[in-house]
Amino acid sequence: MARARLVGDRTNRMMVQAMQRRSTDVRGRVFQISLLVTLLISLFILGVLIVDVVMDGWGILTGRPGGFLGGTMRSLSDDPKLGVHQALVGTFWIAVFVAVLAFPLGIGAAIWLEEYAPKNRIARFIELNIRNLAGVPSIVYGLLGLLLFVKHLRDVTGGKSIASAGITLAILVLPIVVITAQEAIRAVPQGLKEGAYGVGATKWTMIRSQVLPYAAPGILTGTLLSMSRGIGEAAPLLLVGAVSGRLGRDSGFFDLGDINEEAFMAMPVIIVEWVQNSGRDPGFAAAAAAAIVVLLVFVILTNAAAIFLRNHFEKRRG
Amino acid sequence: MAVSNTGVDAAGDFSVESLTANPRQARKERLIRDSLGATALVSVLISALIIWSLFSEAWTFIVEVDWGSVWDIGWFPRRGIYDIKTLIVASLIVTGIAMMVAGPLGLGAAIYLSEYARPGVRKTLKPILEILAGIPSVVLGFFALQWIAPNLVASLFGGPAAGSLLAAGIGVGVLVVPLVASISEDAMKAVPMALREASSGLGARKVMTTMRVVLPAAVSGLMAAFIVAISRALGETMIVFMAGGAAQTAVYTHSAREGSLTMTAGITSLARGTDNVVGEGLTFQSLFFVGLVLFVLTFALNLVADRFVYKVREQY
Repeated sequence: MARARLVGDRTNRMMVQAMQRRSTDVRGRVFQISLLVTLLISLFILGVLIVDVVMDGWGILTGRPGGFLGGTMRSLSDDPKLGVHQALVGTFWIAVFVAVLAFPLGIGAAIWLEEYAPKNRIARFIELNIRNLAGVPSIVYGLLGLLLFVKHLRDVTGGKSIASAGITLAILVLPIVVITAQEAIRAVPQGLKEGAYGVGATKWTMIRSQVLPYAAPGILTGTLLSMSRGIGEAAPLLLVGAVSGRLGRDSGFFDLGDINEEAFMAMPVIIVEWVQNSGRDPGFAAAAAAAIVVLLVFVILTNAAAIFLRNHFEKRRG
Repeated sequence: MAVSNTGVDAAGDFSVESLTANPRQARKERLIRDSLGATALVSVLISALIIWSLFSEAWTFIVEVDWGSVWDIGWFPRRGIYDIKTLIVASLIVTGIAMMVAGPLGLGAAIYLSEYARPGVRKTLKPILEILAGIPSVVLGFFALQWIAPNLVASLFGGPAAGSLLAAGIGVGVLVVPLVASISEDAMKAVPMALREASSGLGARKVMTTMRVVLPAAVSGLMAAFIVAISRALGETMIVFMAGGAAQTAVYTHSAREGSLTMTAGITSLARGTDNVVGEGLTFQSLFFVGLVLFVLTFALNLVADRFVYKVREQY
């Protein structure tokens, strides 16, 4: 009783105050503005980052763009043949491995989990397992690649080769593909599925004709995001042995013979390499910045495409 | 009587067979189901392989190492000194600094996007935050070393212009801001509108509604956001490797202004550079020992975070 009266009194007082008050809500304004400031700080950092990188790399990118994209690794930063061609080739092949291995496996697992999986412990365990895999640090995948693909399966992968790196990164992004594809498949309206069954479709016909087309944009968004994660990842590559300095020749994009050769480079790794070289030869910092711009163009374009796709389809479906 | 493929006999009557699929099709359906199930099992295989690879090598280390060398003056793996506390303390320092940066920034951005931003503003700001989330960590490593260290750390805190744990921590913080923001925003969006309306109906202002109603209701999700971010910061490699201010070896330190090696940076700097990891007998195995410690820590954090997320789903 006493408590109720107390609350009643307080409410009463607040109401009277509220009706007498004319000034604006200062505390509320301050709160809102400080929230906006935190958001703007993040955006400001992003802005500074891009401006900083582009300014550092500007000289190389505008001075000799073709030479930089077609050039190779050199020991001096002012070598006119310095460039990222080997790294582009390596990253291209890593992307191929990710697309060929992680996409089908991930989408298949997502279809099974959403449409076929029985509601039992085993299915729940597999789901939990995939969520946990998504949280495993990338360096641990690197350790797996180092022991399994570089050491034990040397005969198949060729040791510290682009094949080892590609498979390792495909494993790394697999859980992301599964989780995003699962979300897309879960969003398919039940009515569509029942309609397909109603006209006599088997389960697989139903999935192929209704679920997959409807979920396709969502699945594509997920694959794009995981691809951009894959091509930007450096830590596992350092472990499975992206090596520098002794890249014999500059092979073309489609030299299949090199896949299990013991020397490769990739965009994120060449950046690390040049950042470390900048200690003895400061010119390498500019080269690293230019390589970052090249990598960022790929990553941001892929991400922007994914975000645009998702927003576009979200809007259309209300 | 001959039953055709469609299950309808010549006279056009339905039979029992017309309700069961023909065996060829049933076989195809089963085959598809089983192969999809097999793709789902690949993830279990991967987990098993990760655990096997960490344990098998780490076990050799645990059995054979002289434990005095695991509690020593620093991390000099090639000379047989594997002081794990150097690495763990450095990891904790970096993670702590990262959360001091990402906690307020991420939570503030999330509250603004979820409670205050008008739809138009939200639609432009959110994608930009998502772009920030997609920036590779090597890029932030470069940024931490070339910009944060000389401009922020050196001028504000009087630290060195070269890499340090502080510079790396701030870099990691920037990396996890979008993560904190997006999970926190999801948690706040899941709070039912009715709670906000009830609060406004009682005369509470927006600040009061946000602080006293929405945030407490979303607390499990916010906890999950922070735990996931901590786990991510512990596992982040490239930023600390590039901007952490130490290469190959590190003497024990608990000062953020100095350079040191975190668990992840310790693994990376030992494993790269040479063709094979050479040195004292157990150098190769020490990689997996550190990896195992890291794996167990992040795994436990992720499990806890998962429980919090589950709780949110249960409530609303």
